[in-house]
Amino acid sequence: MVQARAQGAAEVSVQHEDFDVGAEIARLGEGRRDVGAVASFVGLVRDANEGSGVRAMTLEHYPGMTERALEEIVEQAKARWSLLAVRVIHRHGRLEPADRIVFVGVASAHRGEAFAACEFIMDYLKTRAPFWKCEETPQGARWVDARESDDSAAARWEGSGSQAADGDDWDDIELRR
Amino acid sequence: MTSKVKILYFASLREAVGCSGEELDLPAGVATVGALRSHLAGRGEGWQALAAGRNVRAALNQKMAAPDTALDGGDEVAFFPPVTGG
Repeated sequence: MVQARAQGAAEVSVQHEDFDVGAEIARLGEGRRDVGAVASFVGLVRDANEGSGVRAMTLEHYPGMTERALEEIVEQAKARWSLLAVRVIHRHGRLEPADRIVFVGVASAHRGEAFAACEFIMDYLKTRAPFWKCEETPQGARWVDARESDDSAAARWEGSGSQAADGDDWDDIELRR
Repeated sequence: MTSKVKILYFASLREAVGCSGEELDLPAGVATVGALRSHLAGRGEGWQALAAGRNVRAALNQKMAAPDTALDGGDEVAFFPPVTGG
């Protein structure tokens, strides 16, 4: 029943190039008449973090696994909500303040599902997609530490809905030792 | 049948160990991701970044893995710090 996107159109892209937010949002409802809501999120590079200035950041990732992890998150979102179209774009490489980092767009019949799925995808992406940020600050380069608040944001989706599991493994390597 | 595994290191862990990857003949007795991690940590110096208690994640063939995940020749194993994308 649900034909996710026009044939050949990728749901997930990992790229250095910037993206066109307006065009991506428009594409989510293109060529169909059943979309009643499109929710989207855009993440940008901030010029400050943890009390110091950020001149630029370099995003490293794990080619191959990154795409697979994002695709899996999209599949999990589709299993939880009735979604008509999904688009995730994540950039890598060197980015400067105000540059776009990530785009998540979700189309559904009603807004509730679009809002929820968009937030779910971002929360899971933050804790499950293999990207790492290295910031350039006046004190030198530093790797960004994972945040506890991101773990709890992702955790609140668990226990409801279908299978959020298997991401649990992220902590196991420490917990089980 | 090969007993070689491909190992990848990312981000701060890559910098700590001083390389982005290697091929390794699985040493005798190393049959899980956790055992491989302990073996590598035993190399000393920067490899201490893989020691028990350090915040390290692992993937086997591009899927998140637990310490008891079994290893086989031809596998791709990756070690990295907790992710910080988005």
